[in-house]
Amino acid sequence: MAVHQIHTEHTDSETGKLGMWIFLFTELFLFGGLFLVYSIFRAKYSAEFHVAAGELNAFIGTLNTVFLLVSSMTVAMALAAMQKGDRRLTLFLLMVTIILAALFILNKYFEWSHKFEYGIYPGSPVLKNMPHGELLFFGLYYMMTGLHALHVLIGMVLLSITTVRVRARRINSTRYLMLENSALYWHLVDLIWIFLFPLLYLIT
Amino acid sequence: MASETQVSYLEYQGRHKGIWSWLLSTDHKRIGLLYLYAVIVFFFIAAFLGLLMRIELIAPGRTIMEPQTYNGLFTIHGIIMIFVIVIPGLATIFGNFFLPILIGARDVAFPRLNLFSWYLYILGALLGVASQFMKSGPPDTGWTFYVPYSVESSTSVIWALTAAFILGFSSILTGLNFIVTIHRMRAPGMKWMRMPLFPWALYATAWIQVLATPIIGITLMMVIAERVLNIGFFDPALGGDPVLFQHLFWIYSHPAVYIMILPAMGVVTEIFPTFSQKPVFGYGAIVLSSLAIAFVGYFVWGHHMFTAGMSYSARWFFSFLTFIVAIPSAIKVFNWISTMYGGSIDLKPPLLYAISFIFLFMIGGFTGLVLGSLATNVQTHDTAFVVAHFHYIIFGGMGFAFFAAIHYWFPKMFGRMYNNKVANIAWGFNFVGFNLLYFPLFIIGLQGMPRRAYDYLPQFHTGHFLSTIGAFILFAGLILMVYNLIVAARRGVKAPANPWHGVTLEWKIPSPPPHENFEEIPEITSKPYFFGKKEETK
Repeated sequence: MAVHQIHTEHTDSETGKLGMWIFLFTELFLFGGLFLVYSIFRAKYSAEFHVAAGELNAFIGTLNTVFLLVSSMTVAMALAAMQKGDRRLTLFLLMVTIILAALFILNKYFEWSHKFEYGIYPGSPVLKNMPHGELLFFGLYYMMTGLHALHVLIGMVLLSITTVRVRARRINSTRYLMLENSALYWHLVDLIWIFLFPLLYLIT
Repeated sequence: MASETQVSYLEYQGRHKGIWSWLLSTDHKRIGLLYLYAVIVFFFIAAFLGLLMRIELIAPGRTIMEPQTYNGLFTIHGIIMIFVIVIPGLATIFGNFFLPILIGARDVAFPRLNLFSWYLYILGALLGVASQFMKSGPPDTGWTFYVPYSVESSTSVIWALTAAFILGFSSILTGLNFIVTIHRMRAPGMKWMRMPLFPWALYATAWIQVLATPIIGITLMMVIAERVLNIGFFDPALGGDPVLFQHLFWIYSHPAVYIMILPAMGVVTEIFPTFSQKPVFGYGAIVLSSLAIAFVGYFVWGHHMFTAGMSYSARWFFSFLTFIVAIPSAIKVFNWISTMYGGSIDLKPPLLYAISFIFLFMIGGFTGLVLGSLATNVQTHDTAFVVAHFHYIIFGGMGFAFFAAIHYWFPKMFGRMYNNKVANIAWGFNFVGFNLLYFPLFIIGLQGMPRRAYDYLPQFHTGHFLSTIGAFILFAGLILMVYNLIVAARRGVKAPANPWHGVTLEWKIPSPPPHENFEEIPEITSKPYFFGKKEETK
């Protein structure tokens, strides 16, 4: 009876990947709204944006960029390793990716708490006394890096589930759609940061 | 072709029993019905709120409620109707049920994601209704959430914003699912230009859902941030810009109008050939106009903001594009009429609704041009004229297409026939009630009656009075229609596989469809809507 065959044909990897790609488009548009707001306010208050960007620590930003770039590479290598059937190397590279992501979040935590110490957080009295452009810059800074950090956390969860599945041999050298999709998602997280970094840290 | 091995999807026993065999089902047909039941419940809630508003407006001054209650009612009426009923309605119910069947597939590409979307939808819808009963009072911003009021209002706006956000996410996932389904799951031989036109409409819709909805997501998040964190993007006192919110809001919410109307156009495009027994006129033109509407519709949002403060060049540009987008819509109208021309017309309830769709949609469309041209817009902006216009499009267009769809596919979905006579009477109530309800609003709107107003000057009394009478007639018609369908679902005569002599794939399988739709995936060798040999299609 054909009843039991149902739903098996849908899981082929081309279909799954197409779904992921379209989802990534929606993510780009989600951030796109913020980039739009950024560009409008930057055009309006460009001088004040320059001043405010000087407050950000470009060293930490650069360090985080390096973390994410390297992690994007390791996750790509993990996929290549899986395709070659090297399970142990895959696991190792996935671990490295997750650790780099954790370092990114840790750095972000220090960066934010440092700002908080100076009283720079949304709605704070210090911020309210600043010129409008600087206030909006920090609003955008928190909103954009906050949303991005949320995506880093989601990516870490995805990569962790992937790791568990690789360990349980549910993902193997013939079936690795989930690894591929997690890697795609992780590249997106990296890509968005590549744009956030210069727009927020390097416009001084 | 039906054999004993094929169990109808209504009787199929999977892993789960009883209610769980529905709530945990990944069968696209069952999920379609889950959406249908939810939409009916929420529709009657929102329609009842609308009726209460109409009762309040039957005479000047206070009639049955306080002004603040009225503000809450029009807000939540709008939020439920727009985000819970009209945007998801046709695509999630009939799209889920018939898209895979029409393209010769056994299910959508991601069945589990499909079920997940339904749960997100229910969560969002319940949050929206719950916001009405929160301690801080029902939100009173209108469904458009315009700043600065949506930031200042002390009511439970955040709940409504979150509800809309979740519903948007659900809508994105449905759109994604449909795009992938159409790309990957068409039956062998079904080339793009052999695909029926309802799937084509869903395809155009799905791209708007995927590409426009994230913008409203981030915008609603910004309003929440504005309320909670005082972030200042939309607050002039902090250097922000309230008009920026309107841009971001309409970048999504105008394309959303096409999310509503494109599937409706797709539905009637299926109905006209079947009830004229004639191939659809201008298949290619309909496909292209669907895609053109989806594309151009993305760039007309500014026509909601002609009075909000925009440069002159921006205004004429948006106005020009608004006129351009009317062209593909008009092409479709010509196609539908020409499809009927010379056909052997069978005026059954689905066709009756489809024809009234054209009539109401045309009135809505032409008055849309009044609003889309710069000079007349200033006069009619934010008046009852706008209310009448968009109800003609949304209810007269999408709503009547929905009724057409449910009457067209009901025998297939439930395997039973409804009472034609009662359906026709209900149509009469709906059509007369609808026009009596909304047409007077055009007139008093032109005379200066503002929208969303709790009270009005005595000169608008006649118009409002007629409108409220219409609301009662319409409501009665809706109840009669749903009653007729419920009776039919329980005790109707068993439906044959092809009661309307249709030729698309859904009519070639038994009613109700078996669990996996097709015993063997059909091989497609020609264009759809070929009515040549009737004997073969019975």
